[in-house]
Amino acid sequence: MAEVFKLEHVYKKYKNDGKEFSALEDVSLTIQEGEVFGIIGMSGAGKSTLVRTLNRLEDISGGTVSFFDRDLSELKPKALRLIRRQIAMIFQSFNLLGQRTVLSNVMQPLRIAGTPRAKRKEKAMEMLRIVGLEDKKHEYPARLSGGQRQRVAIARALASDPKVLLCDEATSALDPKMTGEILDLLAEINKSRKLTIVIITHEMSVVEKICDRVAIIDEGKLAEIGEVKEIFRNPKSDPARKLVFPANPFDPSAKDSRLIRLVFDGASASRPFIAELVEKTGKKVNILSANTKSVGGIGYGQMVIELPPQKEEQELIIQFFKQGGLSVQEVEWV
Amino acid sequence: MGMSEYIVETIKMGILETLQMTFFASLLAYAVGLPLGILLYATAKDRILSNRIVNLIVGFFVNITRSLPFLILLVLLIPFTRLVTGSSIGTVASIVPLTVGAIPIVARMVESSLSEVSPGIIEAATSMGASPLYTILHFILPESMPSLLLGAAINIATVLGYSAMAGVIGGGGLGAIALQYGYYRYQKEVLWTTVTILVILVMVIQESGNVIAKRVRK
Repeated sequence: MAEVFKLEHVYKKYKNDGKEFSALEDVSLTIQEGEVFGIIGMSGAGKSTLVRTLNRLEDISGGTVSFFDRDLSELKPKALRLIRRQIAMIFQSFNLLGQRTVLSNVMQPLRIAGTPRAKRKEKAMEMLRIVGLEDKKHEYPARLSGGQRQRVAIARALASDPKVLLCDEATSALDPKMTGEILDLLAEINKSRKLTIVIITHEMSVVEKICDRVAIIDEGKLAEIGEVKEIFRNPKSDPARKLVFPANPFDPSAKDSRLIRLVFDGASASRPFIAELVEKTGKKVNILSANTKSVGGIGYGQMVIELPPQKEEQELIIQFFKQGGLSVQEVEWV
Repeated sequence: MGMSEYIVETIKMGILETLQMTFFASLLAYAVGLPLGILLYATAKDRILSNRIVNLIVGFFVNITRSLPFLILLVLLIPFTRLVTGSSIGTVASIVPLTVGAIPIVARMVESSLSEVSPGIIEAATSMGASPLYTILHFILPESMPSLLLGAAINIATVLGYSAMAGVIGGGGLGAIALQYGYYRYQKEVLWTTVTILVILVMVIQESGNVIAKRVRK
């Protein structure tokens, strides 16, 4: 599979009032053709800067960013504009032209590319069909809902037949239902058009729902990168753990209690482990938090439990879970 | 006390002259001021054609002409007006200083309207591979159209007010009539009539601008 983007040791420094600020530090990663790639981090982590280096909306201070093996920093303005037509982008605030109709907005990239007038309209209508907004073609964006506006933005992004779609917090301004609909649409476009999608978000639920791989950015550095399933099963870095495991909703019964986290994937999600534990060993545990979700179509769950105070009992219980094929991690309680 | 037929005819003529001066001066001022305003906007810091030197030079000239009181500008420009129109008095001659005086006002107004366009729109245009010129023509200008039209109404009303001032140094129009009959000859009703007409004209221009801008804004 071809590499759409290859970042090697990318640095980005800003100067603010004479003070230097590092937005990106030594970021290296590749994005493969056809995948849905997530970039997640807290606000201010540098993810928006990172996505803007992919179409050179931001110039980098060091390293290289290549798009299909072409170094973006070497491109002259004209060549860069041609490349940008292959890298579509959608935004949190949609950025549609308020003074133009939906149809006119969708035709915009075709106009930039110099597509003949008759063809522009035909193509734009085709894109509006994909996002299900043909009947809104003569409306102005102000009259559409947030979800509809983002659909128009997606139609506009797809019109120039890009090789990749960058989504910068594309669902952050939308309610959960609309977010779900937009993500479903993106997933469908990824499959039907084999379009590579890069998703910037601060919400783990977005990554869970449609990303194949994810990069976790923390304070301008790449904290962790890998398959979404793998990172959910076994997050190695602190920023990844913070994102994957939210804080426990219940306090343990004693301050010095030993807590463990059980992580189970599709294969074991349907087995009643706790019931089996009680049945086979007679030992009891206290469930502090539990949740399951579908990640990339596979049932996935985690549970935080409090173990009984006796050391031997603790070991017995941990052994039981490990033999059952579960991943067991210590949880530090603060 | 009624006004003589002669005065009525003179006022009618004056209205026509005022409208002519306002129209042509505004048109010419936009022909120069609009590109100048775009240049001021686009060359400012962090904008699509950011250029410190160009911005400083254009900004300098705009500020100088704008800071001169219009009456002083009128006098200063007499030689230039004579050079361009062959005369320094009359309706046509008045168009020259009116245009020069309105250019910097138009330029600043345009710059301010364009600055209202959200940076996100420009980022979207850039990400689509649009050139800076294309971005200005097809993204920034259409997006700021309602604001540009409102600004135009204010500018045209200002030019109309200035045109009355041009009467002082021999320009035509209602201003000259108000000065000649109302001030020098103490014909108060002529003074009030011309003033009323000027006020109505300004109101009509402003209101039309508001209506058009509202209709255009989507």
